[in-house]
Order: sequence, then C-alpha cells, then structure tokens
Amino acid sequence: MTRATQTSLLAQQIADAVKGRDRVQVMEVCGTHTVSIFRNGIRSLLPPNVRLISGPGCPVCVTAQRHIDAAIELASRAGLTVATYGDMIRVPGRVDSLETLRARGADIRVVNSARTALQLAQRNVSRQVVFLGVGFETTAPATAATILEAEQLGINNFSVLASHKLVVPAMMALLDDGDVPLDGFLCPGHVSVIIGVRAYEPIAARYGKACVIAGFEAQAILVGLLRLMQLVGQGRASVENAYAGIVREDGNPAARRLMERVFVTCDAPWRALGVIPASGLELAPAYERFDAAKRFDIVIGEDCDPPGCRCGEVIQGKVEPLECGLFGSDCTPVHPVGPCMVSSEGTCAAWFKYHWPSMRQEGRT
Amino acid sequence: MCLAVPGKVISVSGSDSETGRTAVVDLQGNRVETSLALTPEAGEGDWVLMHAGFAIEVIDEDHAREIWQYLSAVIDPDSSSAATEQDQP
Repeated sequence: MTRATQTSLLAQQIADAVKGRDRVQVMEVCGTHTVSIFRNGIRSLLPPNVRLISGPGCPVCVTAQRHIDAAIELASRAGLTVATYGDMIRVPGRVDSLETLRARGADIRVVNSARTALQLAQRNVSRQVVFLGVGFETTAPATAATILEAEQLGINNFSVLASHKLVVPAMMALLDDGDVPLDGFLCPGHVSVIIGVRAYEPIAARYGKACVIAGFEAQAILVGLLRLMQLVGQGRASVENAYAGIVREDGNPAARRLMERVFVTCDAPWRALGVIPASGLELAPAYERFDAAKRFDIVIGEDCDPPGCRCGEVIQGKVEPLECGLFGSDCTPVHPVGPCMVSSEGTCAAWFKYHWPSMRQEGRT
Repeated sequence: MCLAVPGKVISVSGSDSETGRTAVVDLQGNRVETSLALTPEAGEGDWVLMHAGFAIEVIDEDHAREIWQYLSAVIDPDSSSAATEQDQP
C-alpha cells in the first residue's frame, strides 16, 4: 500500500469514526504538532465536522509578558550576559526586545542548551550569566540538571530566570474555562517522554475527555487522530499511547526526579490564560541562590500585552489568527507583534507560512 | 521547542557524578556532546532521543530511523542559526 493510499484510508476512517456527529473539536496541545499539521495539510484531510484547535503548546507563546520584560531588564544590566533559546530573543517586550538590546551592545547569546550557558559562565568568570529557563517538561529537566551541575562544580556566576510550565494543569484550566468546548486532546509526544502516559489520567477521569499521545510524522498524527476520533465516537474517556516505543507509561522517572529536586510547583502566569494553579516551576528553597530574579533583585511586574494582539485568544482556540486585526499587516514573521508570530511553533507563524499564501491567492483575504 | 532528535551514543565520558556523565552522540554524521544526566542507563551503542543538549530517553534503532525520516523531510536548512553558541567539545 502506498503512503498516499494509507493517508486516504486513515482520513476515511477518521470520518467514519465520527460520522453523524454535529461537531467534534479536539486540541493539539503541542506546537511541534501544530507545525506538522499545517505543513502536511492535515486539516484539509479531515471531515467538515472535525475541528482541530491549536493549543497553548508553544513555550515562547505562553511565556507571560512579565517574564519577557524581566529578561529584558536583566539583559540591560552591566556585567550581565543573558543566554536564551533562539525564539525568545525576538519577542517584543514593553519597550525593547532582547534582539534590539543586543543590537545596542547588550551581551545576549543564543544557545541550544542550558549546559552551553553554564559553559559560558565557566569561560567568563568576570561576568554573571543568566539562562532563561522557558519550556515545558521536555526542557525543564535539562535546566534542573544544569543547575545541579553548577552546584556540583561550585560555579557562582550562573543563574536561571525560570518560567518553566507544566502541560497538564494548562489543559485542565482550558477545560475549567469551558469557553471552547473540547472533546479530546492530541497530546504532545516529547513532553510525554518525560511525564508518561499516566500523567493524563486526571483529564480522562475528572473531565471525561479522551487523550491520545502521538508522534510528529504526518501519518503518526493521522493515526493519533484516528484513535482519538474512535474514542470520542465511542464516548470513551481514556488515555492511549500512539507513540509507543518512545513514550513509556511512567515517562522518564530519572528526569522527573531531578526536576522535582531542583524545582517546586508554583502558581504561574500564562500569557492571556492568567495565573494557573500549580502550573509552573520555581526553584526549590535549596537552590534559590540560582534564581536570577532574587540574585539581581528583579521585580516580576504585571503583564502589559501589545495593544491589538490576540495571541492570548489564539492559544486558547477562541479565535483563529485571521480574526486578529494585526495578522499579516502589522504583525508578520519579519515584524512580529505577538509571540505566536515570533515562534516557529506559533500558531500565527504556521498560518502565515502554510495557510495564508493560498488564501491570498484565492482572494479570500 | 519540544522537538527531540535521535542519535547514537559513540562514546561515554565525564565523571560518575549525577550530572557529570556525558556522551559524544552521532546525529546523522554530526557529533555533539550530550549530557546523560537524564538517562543514566544509556551506554555506548545505544540510540537516544536528544533535546536541548540532553539525552531524554533511550529508544530502539527502528524508532530512531522513523523519526529521522520525518525530520529529514522537515528540516529547513535556512532556519539553522549560525549565531548559536555551540557546546564545547
């Protein structure tokens, strides 16, 4: 059977699984899934009664404006080097972005790993190096292990501005909010490598929603969606793993142990979602000396989102990017206003890259 | 940001401390230093899933090849950041 035949067969089976239902809405939680769904035209393969909603799974997009502004304030201090994953440097703050500060001479480095930031600190002992710890459970254990390594090596010029987030509490908050009715979730593959299949059980048990963990290749996503539609069609709220061989029932316990040693859960601000109880990670008291906000007396203020930007509603599935007045005019990948256009995994960036050109060609915008 | 890539552990070195164990991992011909702090069970010859400079899971070769198939179709050569600070060997 060719891949094209397999794809049409999967699409047909998805349609059959929810035949006769008015509308089925499921959310893909992970930004990497969002990109793959757009790149592979998966939305166009689904029947008209199925709607995919892109959720709050892009770490840059959900980072609260107050944390972006705190990072910018740190970067403007003399003697301080800020090290960050790439997408963060372009997110506009209240006045500047890290990128504009860097153009004016601030020492801001793009790194692929928290360990690279630690190595920068080792090589530049006269400077303080602050790593911006953003990301979900895939990334948080790496930050935790790096802080432990800094402690074991006795490195005193390294610290972290931590705004790591936890996926499951955000899923629950969206369900509690209830503004966007959801029938189930396509759950992130690599976050699940760490948290495991069981982590989603409260979503099934408490909220009665189906959850399916899926890989990232087009057919893997279609298989995940098929399983999800079958569960929804049968009215079964359970958690299934369509990324077997990669994701284990209990995830990666060694990674979680490190994460739980260095961090404690805290109520955390998410862009536009507000403060979600127990949805973030802050340094545990024993590691507070690695907290950049405390070390440099940074006050994490209030959020001041860019006027007109609807990223917050986009990541909750309340509006599509085209409904934002800034999309494609004032806000583009070259001059992004909101984080969903900055990040390569952002929903607005995915729309702009994969969806909008064809719509313009068809004269629909 | 949550995408992880598979690679093969070529050699293991570093200290025996909890976070000091590192490996050289082959990523389709590129060799990169990777921490094994999150996968203490990983050894030479194993395939691992790498994310942000860390091996986050030990996987089998078939799954590793499947993931590379997907990645090779996705990777955009224009999107790599030449300005990124690299891990020290």
